Amino acid sequence: MEITVSQVIFGILAVIIVAFSILTVTTRRILRSATFLLFVLLATAGVYFLLDYHFLAAVQITVYAGGILVLFVFSIFLTSHAGDKLPKASLKKMIAGLMAAITGGAVCLFVILKNGLRVTEAVTGGEIDMKQIGYALMGTGKYQYLLPFEAVSILLLACIIGGILIARKR
Amino acid sequence: MDVPMELYLVVSTVMFFAGVYGFIARKNMLTILISLELVLNAVDINFVIFNRFLYPQQMEGMIFTLFAIAVSAAETAIAIAIIINIYRNLQNIDVKKLSELKN
Repeated sequence: MEITVSQVIFGILAVIIVAFSILTVTTRRILRSATFLLFVLLATAGVYFLLDYHFLAAVQITVYAGGILVLFVFSIFLTSHAGDKLPKASLKKMIAGLMAAITGGAVCLFVILKNGLRVTEAVTGGEIDMKQIGYALMGTGKYQYLLPFEAVSILLLACIIGGILIARKR
Repeated sequence: MDVPMELYLVVSTVMFFAGVYGFIARKNMLTILISLELVLNAVDINFVIFNRFLYPQQMEGMIFTLFAIAVSAAETAIAIAIIINIYRNLQNIDVKKLSELKN
């Protein structure tokens, strides 16, 4: 069996995602935690590229890596001093977290690997046309999403107003 | 595209439960929020994978992921505003010590 390029790329991305998502929740420096989260999000964008969802990968990079991470970093600088170490997690909490994670993970992995889902051959839908995405987001017919789109716009407006209202100085 | 679907799902499962662990074990509000982002991101990956492998002719999974990203961005912005407000009032964002309303 020959190893293809996409398998190699997937391997690299998988290693990055697994390693850095575990480091994100175990490191004791909060700024490093945010940085590792950035790596995880970028590798996720890589997965989207690998699956031919180019528009989604671009959105992931701009919104998550560009927007949310900057928010995180700013709020970390506002609420803690650089070089501060978080206190060690208490043993009880750690055991509870590990139990929940390992139990849930074991159940999910068992279900996934046991059932197999019988989809192993390559499926190539190809890249989705940008025009098609635009029609799907702006149409009112079947499989078109104008109403959720507008609902999200209202949500974002409410979020802007709420953010200003909550965070302003009194 | 010649990677089986299960491998993608395994990766997103590990990511999801790393987030769950962080959500339970961490005490700082910002790190809890970061763990939450991991969970949301793993769910996004799952949507996309199921869309691509099971229904490659359609794009509902991708649209769902787009909306999920928008909603999670809004949620993060509000949460960070609240956290900064708490820090301004109490000089602390450790969930253990935030018990002002308790008594």
